Amino acid sequence: MLTEEEKKEIQEEIKQYPYPAVACIDALKIVQNHRGWVSDESVRDIAQLLSISNEEVDSVATFYSRIYRKPVGRNVILICDSVSCMILGYESLYNYISKKIGVSFGGTTSDGRFTLLPISCLGDCDNAPVMMINNDHFNRLTIEKIDELLDRYK
Amino acid sequence: MERPLTKHIKPGSVSLNMKDYIQLGGYGNLQKALKNIAPAEVTALVKASNLLGRGGAGFPTGVKWSLIPMDGDKSTPKYLVCNADEMEPGTFKDRYLLEGNPHQLIEGMIISAYAIQAGKAYIFLRWAYKKAEKILREAIADAYKSGYLGKNILGSGFNLDLYVHSSAGRYMCGEETALLNSLEGKRAMPRTKPPFPAISGLFGRPTVVNNVETLSWISHIVEHGAEWFKGLSLTPTGGTKLFGVSGRVKNPGTWELPLGISMRELLEEHAGGMTPGHKFRGALPGGASTDFLIEDHLDVKLDFSTVAAAGSRLGTGTMIVLDDKTCPVAFIHNVEKFFALESCGWCTPCREGLPWVEKMLASIEEGTGKMEYLDLLNFNAKFMGPGNTFCAHAPGAAEPLQSGLKYFHDDFVKHITDKKCPWR
Repeated sequence: MLTEEEKKEIQEEIKQYPYPAVACIDALKIVQNHRGWVSDESVRDIAQLLSISNEEVDSVATFYSRIYRKPVGRNVILICDSVSCMILGYESLYNYISKKIGVSFGGTTSDGRFTLLPISCLGDCDNAPVMMINNDHFNRLTIEKIDELLDRYK
Repeated sequence: MERPLTKHIKPGSVSLNMKDYIQLGGYGNLQKALKNIAPAEVTALVKASNLLGRGGAGFPTGVKWSLIPMDGDKSTPKYLVCNADEMEPGTFKDRYLLEGNPHQLIEGMIISAYAIQAGKAYIFLRWAYKKAEKILREAIADAYKSGYLGKNILGSGFNLDLYVHSSAGRYMCGEETALLNSLEGKRAMPRTKPPFPAISGLFGRPTVVNNVETLSWISHIVEHGAEWFKGLSLTPTGGTKLFGVSGRVKNPGTWELPLGISMRELLEEHAGGMTPGHKFRGALPGGASTDFLIEDHLDVKLDFSTVAAAGSRLGTGTMIVLDDKTCPVAFIHNVEKFFALESCGWCTPCREGLPWVEKMLASIEEGTGKMEYLDLLNFNAKFMGPGNTFCAHAPGAAEPLQSGLKYFHDDFVKHITDKKCPWR
């Protein structure tokens, strides 16, 4: 069941479009914003609200990299693995973080604190290497900065 | 040297707000256009300026606008879409404009929408640009409050609503027609062309899609005219361009410079040359989907036609430098892995070719590659080339691959014969 708040936010998005199905991506993002990820049940609820099939919603949900169809941790670490960050050594950052929190790309820590994912170019290549934690952007990263940075996210 | 797009952006400082923008004469060009210039004349002006699209393809902006049918039923909605889905690896120029001077883009968009008589406009923004999203939403709200957006703008009778659509991630969204599908709430798959978006675009209506940097020019062209714009470049094309450099250079960054400066000047004077202890081996001049240029090309002028004549593309104008401490095979593997992951899977050369290429490159890098892979990689580069695919994704991926195989042939061979990466 979508909450009243989620429904209200989705209806608000629908208003700017010629028909409800256009709000599909917005709806997925709204649900994910409230719940961290998009479950099968949420896919069905969104489909019903937008008057389209479950499959249509799922085809959209599974296409976009930033829609999570599996539960993620409380904090999502996104390390840029694109070429400029590769040249400036993202791999050593990844190795350090991966070892520190004990999961590889795609993994979530057992306490649910972190999920570690790669992301393609974050558009800040002159300040490589770069990563995001949740909606926060960090650049010119060094291993020395990582411990303090991760400590901020509980 | 004039820097019209960036002269009011101070690196590292806050973005130019409404009050400061207006104090600098902002929205004056919108008033001028709405009062004194007919929509068709705005299009004619942009056409005369020869403003080439700054998103990577370099298509003439005025020509794109002139394809919009203007004699149809006035009640037929038309759309203007700003492509702010900057996701090409190595590209960071639009972020600079979005965060630094949002009203320059908004004013440009209102004038552009007026030219094609669009009633709704969207900024399609990439997911990761959270700071830009906040800045844009605030700037748009301010523009509404001051009567620059909404109904009867400045008493002209022209109406425009402007929305920000924050994406959900996928490089494919930057492709013009895939972007429109995404904006309609669908998977970002490219559409068959023709019909082109100017005839059947967003929701099947006439639509213009332009890049952030392109739209940021419009108010300046209205203010100073087409001849002024043409005089800004060193080559006949017209205008300055945002150039960027990333990789092992002393001073990576982005700069607004005249089209036609040499690659050497960009690398040495602006990017400060290579980081001590590193040698230049080559560069992708305009993002990941452009062919390598090497030392022989350092005097190539950076403009659309001159870079094309050297066998590459100006693309987005943001250069990724390959140095001698970075393995070229690993570099190319990284880029091809990106393209393989981001393929939408619609057409065969892209869906099948890219993962195949990625696997072969991975095994060469790991020391398990075979000599016959080199022919297979070249075969795939041709098979993914222009004319064989549905959109420009795979042909773009073929560019660094085919040129890399040519310029770094000996490095590929050494990986295979030594059965290891010499850089590891």
